[in-house]
Formats: sequence, C-alpha cells, structure tokens
Amino acid sequence: MKYQPIIGLETHVELKTKSKMFCSCSADYFGKEPNTYVCPVCLGLPGALPVPNKTAIEWCIKIALALNCKISNISKFDRKNYFYPDLPKGYQISQYDEPFGLEGNIKLKTKNIRIRRVHMEEDTGKLLHANVGGKKVSLIDFNRSGVPLVEIVTEPDFENAPQVAEYLQKLQQIIRYLDVSNADMEKGDMRLEPNISLVSRISNFQFPISSENLPKYKVEVKNINSFRFVARAIEAEIIRQGELLNRDETPTQETRGWDEKKGTTVSQRSKEEAHDYRYFPEPDIPPITFGLREIRAVREQIPELPDEKRKRFEKEYGLSSHDVDILTRERSAADYYEQAVKDGSKHSLTPKKIANYIINKKPDMDKTVPGELVELILVTHQTTEVSSEELKQAVRQVLLENPKAVGDYKAGKTQVLGFLIGKVRAQLPPKSSSEGIRELIEQALK
Amino acid sequence: MNNGLNTLTIRESLEGLRNKEFSSVELTRACLDQIKKYNSDINAFLTINERAINEARRADEARENGSDSPLLGIPIALKDMFLTKGLRTTAASHVLENYIPQYDSTVVQKLKDAGAIILGKTNHDAWAHGSSGENSDFGPTKNPWNKEYVPGGSSSGSAASVAADMTIASTGTDTGGSIRLPASFTNTVGLKPTYGLVSRYGIIAMASSLDSIGHFTKTVEDSAIFLNVTAGNDPMDATTTKNKIPNHLEDLDKGVKGFKIGVPKEYFTQGLDSNIKKNIEGAIKKFEELGAEIIEISLPHTEYGIACYYIIQPSEVSSNLARYDGIRYGNDRTRFGDEAVRRIILGTFTLSSGYYEAYYKKAMQARTLIRQDFEEAFKKVDAIISPVSPTPPWELGEKVDDPLKMYLSDVYTVIANLAGIPGLAVPSGFIGDLPTGFQILGPQFSEKLLFRIGHAFEQTQERKVLEK
Ligand SMILES: [Zn+2]
Repeated sequence: MKYQPIIGLETHVELKTKSKMFCSCSADYFGKEPNTYVCPVCLGLPGALPVPNKTAIEWCIKIALALNCKISNISKFDRKNYFYPDLPKGYQISQYDEPFGLEGNIKLKTKNIRIRRVHMEEDTGKLLHANVGGKKVSLIDFNRSGVPLVEIVTEPDFENAPQVAEYLQKLQQIIRYLDVSNADMEKGDMRLEPNISLVSRISNFQFPISSENLPKYKVEVKNINSFRFVARAIEAEIIRQGELLNRDETPTQETRGWDEKKGTTVSQRSKEEAHDYRYFPEPDIPPITFGLREIRAVREQIPELPDEKRKRFEKEYGLSSHDVDILTRERSAADYYEQAVKDGSKHSLTPKKIANYIINKKPDMDKTVPGELVELILVTHQTTEVSSEELKQAVRQVLLENPKAVGDYKAGKTQVLGFLIGKVRAQLPPKSSSEGIRELIEQALK
Repeated sequence: MNNGLNTLTIRESLEGLRNKEFSSVELTRACLDQIKKYNSDINAFLTINERAINEARRADEARENGSDSPLLGIPIALKDMFLTKGLRTTAASHVLENYIPQYDSTVVQKLKDAGAIILGKTNHDAWAHGSSGENSDFGPTKNPWNKEYVPGGSSSGSAASVAADMTIASTGTDTGGSIRLPASFTNTVGLKPTYGLVSRYGIIAMASSLDSIGHFTKTVEDSAIFLNVTAGNDPMDATTTKNKIPNHLEDLDKGVKGFKIGVPKEYFTQGLDSNIKKNIEGAIKKFEELGAEIIEISLPHTEYGIACYYIIQPSEVSSNLARYDGIRYGNDRTRFGDEAVRRIILGTFTLSSGYYEAYYKKAMQARTLIRQDFEEAFKKVDAIISPVSPTPPWELGEKVDDPLKMYLSDVYTVIANLAGIPGLAVPSGFIGDLPTGFQILGPQFSEKLLFRIGHAFEQTQERKVLEK
C-alpha cells in the first residue's frame, strides 16, 4: 500500500459514580423512565449552579494515574459553548487548557501509545425521535444530562486498526480494574472517536510523528458503538482516503459518521461548519487544587493493574502468558484464582493445576467460592490435570506418528478414534483425565 | 387612609410587631395599598404576590405561637431575577414573560424561613443589563423623587419601591453597580456584598464571576439585619464562602474614631460632576469630625475598569443567555431586547477563537491588577470612600440612544465587582430634588466594618422621607 495511516483516538468513559457530575441526581440512568432523574441543575434551569462531584474528580485522576499521566496540581473547568437541543445550558462544562491528567501512555505488545490528556466533563441529554399523535417529533430525555464523563485523548500514534483494537481492549480492562465504570460499549459507557489521515509512504517519517509532519487534514469519525465497528470504520476510511489521494485529491477535513448498514462513513460536518466553542473558564466553579498528598492518597487506591498482574502471575505461579491472559482478563477472576491458590496450597495443589482447572472447566465463580473449588479439584480429580497446551502437543504428536490410522479415519473408519485416544493418553502422565481428547482429535482431522 | 406603617424601617416594624402595636397583616396591607396607589406611576412592580396577605396572617399566627424569627412578618420585594417557586419570574424580559419557576432561590428560601412576606417582584433592566432601568421589556421604572428622572439601574424597581415606601426592604443584584447606583439615585441604602458571601443559586445569572446578591433598605442598620439572614455558605453554590459569618449588627454603634479612610485620587478627576464632588467632600469632612483619619490613596488601574468590565461581563452574558434558545421557555431569541442582543454579540465576539487572547485573557489580567490595587490600598487604610455615579440621576430617555455613555455611568462601581470586594451605598443628601450618595468599599468580608462606618455617617443626617 502506498499510504501510511496515522490514527489518533478520543475515548469517552462514563463513570459509575452514585450521583451526577454537578448535582445530586442519581447517575444510574440506564433504562429508566425519561426525565425522572433530573433537577434544576442538570436541566439547566435559570439560576441553577454546578457543584462538582468530588468522587468523580478523584476517579478521573485515578484513571489519569493508571495511564501514567502527570497530574496538574491546579486544574479548572471551562465552558464549551455550542447549541444542541440535548445541551440544556447551551454550553457543556468541560476542561480546556488545564485538564486533570497530561502526557501518559499505554504500552501495546509492539508499540507505545502516548496519551495526550485525560479530562473531565459532563454528559448531555439524549434525543429520541418519535411519532406522537401522527406527528414526527424529537423528544429530549435529560436523565443522562450531567453524568460524569472522562475523555482520554491519544496522540496520533496508531498505525492500523488492530493497534486501535488492542489499545481499546487494554483501556477497557484498566478502567474495569479501577472499578470506576462498567466500560460497557453497548450501554454507551465507552464512546470512541478515531481520527484518521494518510501520508504517502515515500515521504520520510517515522512514529511518533512530529506535528509538522502530520498531514494537512484529518477526518474524525463519530457514532461508533463497538470495538468491531471502530476497526471497520478505520479500514473503510483508509480505503476512501486512499482513493481520493490516488486521484490527487486531498480529503476534506471533516467529521464523518459511521454507517454500519452501508459499511461506510458519511460526511456530517465540514471544517467550515466546525464549531468555535468559545471556551472560557467556568466562573461557577473555583479552580481545583490537588496537593501531592491528595494525589498520593488517590494513587494508593489504585489496585494492581493488568500489566503488573500479568508479570507477577507468570513469575509467581509459573504460568504461560496465554494462561495469564485468561486469568487476568478481569480483576475479579484474578482475585478468585489467587484465593484458590492460597486455599489449594494447604492441599499441595499447585497454582498451575488450579489455573488449568479454571481455564478448562470455567467454573461459575459466583456460585463456587475458591475453597469449594479446591475441594472440587481434589475430589473429582484424583487424576492429573494437563494443560491444554500439553494436550494439544500430545495430539499433534500422535497424529504425526500414526499416518495409517489418520488415513483410515479420513476414509470414514471412525472406529479408529478409540485407538488414537489410547495413544494420546499413553503420551500423558499417568492418571491424567481423558476429557477433551476426543474433541481435539476430531478437530485436528476435520 | 394610610396608616403610615409602610414608611417604617425593618427595625421599627419588628419592634411594633413584637409589642403588638400592629400586625403583619396590617403592615403588609399598608405596603400593598401603597403599591396599588403608586405603581401605575412608578412601575416598580411587575408581579404582585396574591398570597401576601395569607402569608402575613400565617406570620402573625407564628408570632402568637411564640416565634420571633429575624424577619417574621416583614414585607419585602424581590428583584425579578430571583426565582420564586410558583410565582412568575421574568428577568424583566419578554423571553421569560410567562415563566413560572419550579424552585425558590436559596436567598428567597432563607428570607421565607426568616419569616419575610413576599409582596411581589420588581422591575429592572431586562437581564439586569443597564444603569437606568430603561432597558426593561416592561417599561422603565420612574424615580419617585422626580418622575421625569431615572431611578438608576439595573435594580430600578427594587430601589424605587423602597424609596416610595411600597415595601420595607427589597433584594437586588449587583454585577457592575446595579444596587449601589440606584440606591444613590433614590436615597436608599444599597449593599453589594463580597462575592461569595451570599448564594447566587436560583438567581438568574447575568455575569457569573461578578454577580453579587444584595439588598435595599431604608437604613444601614436594616441592611445589616437583612444580611444576617442572607449571608453564608450554600452547598448549592460552589463559590460561596465557608467562613463563619459574624453578626453584622455587632459593633454597629461603635463609631469611626481612629479609622483610616482612604480617598482614591483617581476617582476625583474630570468627569465627576462638581455637585457630587462637593457633596462627597462634605461627607469626608463629616468623617473627620467623627474622628476618622482621611488618607489619599491611589488605585492606579482604575482607568482600565470599564474596558475590562465590558469584556468580561458580556462574555459571560453571552454564555449565560444561551439556554434561552426557544426550546423550553416559550419565547425564542427574537424576543431579546436590543441591549441583551448587543451584549450577546459583543461577548460572542470577544470569546471567539483568535480574539480570546486579545480580549478576554487581557481583561482577566487587568482584573488581577485591579484586585491587587485594592490589596495594596487596604494595607494602608481600613476602608475607602468613593462616588457611586459620576453624575446625578439623568432624565428618562437622555442616554438610551448612546449605550457607551450609559456604560460610563458604571465607572466607579464596576471596580468593586472586578475585585470581588463589598460596597455599601449610603445616602448623603440631595442635589436639587434628586438624591445622591457615596459608597464605602472595604476588604473582602468586611461588611461589618462598612455597616459601622455607614451607620456612623447616617447618624449625622436626617432621613428624608418621600412625601406622598
Ligand atoms: Zn440533577
């Protein structure tokens, strides 16, 4: 391909604080009767004033710290002025030039993604387009108005869609580890806005790209509500922009929306129509100072994060990175595993054995406490557990060493399966469970 | 036949009520009668509270039952910027001409809790934009002392209603002089408290970083009684102080002996009307006689005050008025009056990308310098005396076609808003048949001191009551 994509990402994360950002209304609005979680403040009634939610600010700082950001000790809110019917005050309270967090990063497998800023703002209401009495109308539900949002903005460091997907997975995992948001895409807890542009590969550049080497345009894509769609939207945009560049046209700087049905992006707003948000410091909220001690106190609340946990699990329990990935995907699962290891050590059950059991048997962690799980392993498995990797290796070897049986099986003599299972079992340590061997052989011979 | 109860002060009324000389119903009725008689002339009230007499009756019952809350049974008027639950609140603008609020502002709640009776809502320049009251969408308020003249603005109706004895006291908002200027034009006492001393919650915002919530009374003592009710932290307003609030009546009678009172030389240059100058010089002399030391001081950045104010204020106005977009409050933006439109456009311009640095940011820097001027000055003096308006009240219509001229009448008042300090306007006599006054400025949260100084001066004057 002639062009190198340059991609940056803005992610909005809705916090699951008890109350909204600037009033005491419940923030748990999802699925509730419209306009029942409202008050003068989040309705933007005349005279109403915002009072910032301390927990929301602490959680924003928690996210910023978890993303290795610097925390500004003086920060403030600003007004972002624009008109939209779901914005009752005519401005959104956000942060402009003094966000809570600056200059962080997330490490991907092969690359470092720099985080430009982490800031706090309020969510808007929601427009519902409906038919009332045979008339097409737009209705406004303000339940979501004023719910705290944290916006995480990266530098244009992504080279392709898979990197974006990996970043998002990691970000989601970190947010969930911090327990500050459900980060559920379907409920709109996480909203993604990639910006994409292409540069010719001939031009001399390398990541991270300095601002003067950035293309003269960038296209922002909105309305993306799943990780899968973000990848598709980016791919579609790369193709669309590539075609324009091939015709010697420069793509227009604009905001486009992702149309899932059509599988393309559609122009929403050009540069000429871009808002001038007329930011200025929010006079209703005094500047917020965060001393070193307060920052330390927030830092102390941060649990062990996925990367550290993975490293420790590999080292401490001697697990493969594949197994560790599964066990640490959710903080609760990792905690469950560690408790089971603790309980199991009294019965000389190895961490590896427990890991294998959890990964292969997928016990219901809500119903079986770790202690019970250990009992279960001891009672039902006098046999030795083998890891799925070991099992797969044994199957591969047996199939390789018995080409005749394989040929017979493929010719329709399925009764040789028993013979092959026996051979595989012979490869495994005595007393190993034979569960799953049949499926693995069948799969391999398909 | 008028029993004259409406001419009483808060203190006199409370005494009469406590001694059972009259009831709150009688007091309230006297005010309502006066409103009925003169409001068509003066245009001070936009809305009358039909339940006022019922509320007065309840106050009388409460007193019977032993209650003696600080304003129990005292009739007051509210500037129509103060949200009143169930009682129309218009901001004196056609945009909100039918708006009935769902909640009371914190100050209204506090006044009700203190037992005050709401007579109604007073006229003012629409959205509090103006210095004369003539920008009201419901017609100008007239100066009760001479109906050819303006009562000053923006809190025109609140000032006129107290001057004309239609009410015992009234509330106002002061963003750049909107309490102090009409007070000095109507022979009333007007307090602009320290920014953050009185909650702004539930009061229609004009310019949020400047808006101060104050009141009009007939005496300095009344002003202190009123502030004792309204001042204090409000969990609904993040900009209110967490300081403990003193009793503002304490030390009221202790005089000014030994006080150092500053007179800023920049305030007495050309542009100040010679009669006003003479009047204030008289007041200064009085203070010397009372034992205060008068010291000339300098507030070198005064000259940037108006320019600075007319950038910050419209910027915030343009943002604060954005919510009246026609979707939810009945009338749309075409119903904004000329002055509101002027400020929205001005503010939108000064905040626009590319202009923000040149205007808003510069103005904020100038604001810091103005604040520092005062900090320096208050190292040398306890309080400052200054004119309120550069001219006496002007004739109705005189400045309506010249907004800039109108803006310049705020030259002595905006500074206190930019610095966030308190100012107390005290009557100091008459120029012809029209009142004049001066203001006492002090450090942040020095209201108690201002009352003490104002009260000392007031004792040297005879209170002139409007003959009606
Ligand atoms: Zn609310």
